[in-house]
Parts: sequence; structure tokens; C-alpha cells
Amino acid sequence: MIEAIGLTKRYGRTVAVDDLSFTVQPGRVTGFLGPNGAGKSTTMRMILGLDRPTAGRVLIDGKPYAELNRPLRTVGALLDAKWVHPNRSARAHLRWLAKSNGLPDKRVDAVLEAVGLTQVARKKAGGFSLGMSQRLGIAAALLGDPEVLLFDEPVNGLDPEGILWIRTFMQNLASEGRTVLVSSHLLSEMALTASELVVIGKGKLITQSSTAEFIDRSTGNSVVVRSPQLFKLGPLLVDKGFTVRDGDDGALSVSGATSDQIGDIAAANGVVLHELSPQRGSLEEAFMQLTGDAVEYHAEIGK
Amino acid sequence: MTLLAVERIKLFSTRSPYWCTALALALGVGLTAIIAGTTDNGQMSIGLTQFGSSQLALAVVLVMSALAVTTEYRFSTIRATFLAVPNRTSALVAKTVVVAFIAAVLGEIIAFGSWGLAKVMSPASDLAINTGAEWRHVAGVGLLYGIGAVLAIAVGILVRQTAGAVAILLVWNMLLEGLIGIIPKVGVKIQAWLPFQNANHFLALPGGDPAEQPGAGIDFKLSQWGSLAYFAGIAIALLVVALIVAKRRDA
Repeated sequence: MIEAIGLTKRYGRTVAVDDLSFTVQPGRVTGFLGPNGAGKSTTMRMILGLDRPTAGRVLIDGKPYAELNRPLRTVGALLDAKWVHPNRSARAHLRWLAKSNGLPDKRVDAVLEAVGLTQVARKKAGGFSLGMSQRLGIAAALLGDPEVLLFDEPVNGLDPEGILWIRTFMQNLASEGRTVLVSSHLLSEMALTASELVVIGKGKLITQSSTAEFIDRSTGNSVVVRSPQLFKLGPLLVDKGFTVRDGDDGALSVSGATSDQIGDIAAANGVVLHELSPQRGSLEEAFMQLTGDAVEYHAEIGK
Repeated sequence: MTLLAVERIKLFSTRSPYWCTALALALGVGLTAIIAGTTDNGQMSIGLTQFGSSQLALAVVLVMSALAVTTEYRFSTIRATFLAVPNRTSALVAKTVVVAFIAAVLGEIIAFGSWGLAKVMSPASDLAINTGAEWRHVAGVGLLYGIGAVLAIAVGILVRQTAGAVAILLVWNMLLEGLIGIIPKVGVKIQAWLPFQNANHFLALPGGDPAEQPGAGIDFKLSQWGSLAYFAGIAIALLVVALIVAKRRDA
């Protein structure tokens, strides 16, 4: 379990992380969600004792990271896949890490096997593709068979196969009862990976809730409708009490209605539809709503 | 002990220490070869055999030592290190011990290699190591390298980037301390308390030709072993400062 209590990080006058408190429970993947620059990486570095919090503290299984004995056996982290010496082989990189925490060399071979890097174990890490580097980083995180795992933007820049692999991998780790915290700025990605979300913006906690709950709240039921007979459909929808706005390219954006409802109304009135597509709210929109920072039309979508 | 093994694996799984070792050997022993080759047979002295080791190769060893930490910062493996070993002081001390030990061994190899080569190239010269001063002059090179490595690592930790650390070390060692002697009157007085000048003073042969000896003309207040202790003290003090800074700083 990870427990942050009033965590704050200030760089001069800039507040990167502001009085952040949250908990990460074992047995599920917790998404750490926020736009770029929200303070996710800074928070993760503080969890791992790399950065010193200006105020507050963060505990892993009740202890600060620095007090963990042989920390790699408790916590595995992938903050940046490029934290390897380019001229060092993948195996040598893992070997010194293993040695530092009293782990046997056979553990190195086991994790290389687990991430599928056995073939290139003796190749220089500098020549690895992003996907391979990411796998090496995950191998390093898994070395000590830790109970707690942290991944910072693990799917950034990966191809679809790599994304799927990492997603499945993290879910498997959680299903083994481990605590998994994974950061991302992509709501769509988190929706597929995480069952719990810690959402931050501008260094502050916006909400901690289950993913389903968060998405329900944040995706305003907006539907884009395209039709040659919008002049007829528009007033009908307004009559039903839905909010109708002009969208792009002469389409209508309807809030408060499901695509089913709109389709039914159109059929009942003999309106031809060229497009009927429900819009998922983007993370940024969700933020705007949740922080109340929103410009007007975002507020409308939620209503 | 574990941490020493870790640092050993790290150091020898990259290429730069091998290159630096080869370069230090080539420059150190090479300069002696050139000197021996251009000096009349019979005219070589022990003092002449150690120019390469104590001046030229030392600079390479300083660079190698600084690189051992600055590359860790350059590639952020220092963060991986601090994740594996949250006690930053012990991680960095382990690195310092390993690098200083390797530097010291390298120093002995270069010093005795240079001396041996001079003996072979100039068989008629009296190059027998008889007195304590002569032993100090040759075998002391290893001590100098070890302490120099500590100092270079401290600078590396403080500066965190290769170009900066290398520039500081080379200018300091090869230029700055010598140039201070140009200042009228006080220059030589200041020089008596500069670390690399004291390092040279430690190696100095009594009664040798002053022109052959770096640091000649400086009125040192310390004995030769005192100078070495002083050099070591400065290196360790700098390392302590670096360790405190590294501990407080965000990695």
C-alpha cells in the first residue's frame, strides 16, 4: 500500500505538488491521471525518495522509501526507460541492480525471460528500441519480486502491441495481489488499464474514485448529429429538453441525450441521419469540469 | 562489501575506464620512453622517469574518476542507484573506494612501468631505487592517484556534468595552481597551500635538479608526508561536502 499525506513540492515560487493526499491499495491497478505538468512524475519521485518533499510525507507499507531494507524487494519502479548506460548490456544493467539488493543472478535471467529480452541480454542497452528499453525497465522493476510497483507513463511512444503487452502485464501483477500505480495523461488508456483512479491537476488532488465512476462523471453525454434536416431535428430535440449547440461543419452537438434517444426521435419524425456519434469527454474536459475551471460550453456539456 | 561489488560491476561493464586506463598508460609510460630515448645513455635519473606518471597520466586518471560519477548523472543511472541503495552516502562512498583503489593500482603500474622501461632503454644510467626518498618518488605515484581520484569524484558529484567537471579538474591541476605562482611575492606563498602543489611536493626528490621538479621554488611549510596528508585532507573534505550536497539534493 502507498499512502501520501499532505505531500507538497515547491521549486522556488512554483508549486509542483500541493498538499496531495491519496492511498493506493493492493490487488488492483491504480491509475495516476493528470495532464502533462500536473505533478505526476514529481509525486512518483517523492514516493521513491529521489526528491525530497517540501512538506508532507509518503509511506510504502507504513515506511518512507529510504527506510526500506533492500528496497528493490519491496518496490519496483519504472520512471524512465532511458535510465540505463547506453554502453552497458541489458544483463549487466540488471546484474548490478540485483547485486545491490542481494538478489541472485538467476533472478536476472528470470526477469529477462519474463519480459522477452533473453535474446538481446548481452546487447548494449543504448541500441534498444523504445519498446525494448521499456521492457528492460520493467525487468528492472520486477527484479526483487516486489509487492509495490510504480510505472510512469509506461505506454508513451509504444506501438499497439507494446501497449497491449504492458496493459496485460500490469493487470496480471495486480491480480497477484500487488499494489500497482501507473501514471498517464491519457484517460482512454487509463480507462482500459486501471480500476481505480487518482486524478490530479496543477499538483492538487482532484478526485480519487473508481474508474467507472470517474468516467460516468466526466463524459458528458454529448452526441454529434449530422443530418440534411437539422433545421427540423434541432427544435425537436430542444423540445425534449436537451441542450443543442452548433458543432463543427454544420453538425449539432447534443448534450443530455443518448444516441439511442436521438435516433428514436429522428426515426419517429422521419429525419434522415448521416452521423450519430456519442462523444467521450476528453480528460482535459473532465478536468475543466471537475476543477470548475471550465469555459462556458464545457459546463453546458455536463448538464 | 556488496556495494563495492556493485560499483565494480558498474565500472567494468562500460568502456570508458578501459579507454582511460589505456590512455593513462600510453601517456605516462610513453612520455618516459620519449625522455629516455632523447637523453644520453647514462644521464637518466629516477626523477626523470616519473614526469609522465605524476603530471600527464595523473590528468587522465582525474578525468576517469570524474567520469565514473558524471556519466551516472548524464544517463540518470544515479537515480537507479539511489533507488537500489537509498543511503546515498554509502553508495557514493563505495564508488569512491572502488575508483580510488583502481586509480592507485594503475598509478603503481604506470610508475614502475615507466621506471622499468627507462632502465631497459638506458641501462648505463643509475636508476636503482635505494633511498626512502627514491621509493617515495616512484611508489608514491599510486597514493597520489588514489587521493586524486577521491578529489575528482567529489568534483564530479558537485558539478554533475562531464564537461564542467573535466574542465575544472584539468584547469585546476594543470594551469591554475601553476599560474598562481606568477603573482608577485604572495603567489609562491599561496602555492605552498595548494593541493596539487603539495601532491608534487610529496613526490619531490631532495637535492634533485630543481628544473626537473615541479613545484620547485615554493617554500612548503609541511614535511613531504605532511604535504600528502594535506592533499588527502583536502580531497576528503571536498568529498564530505559533496556527499552532504548529494544527500540533500533532489536526485
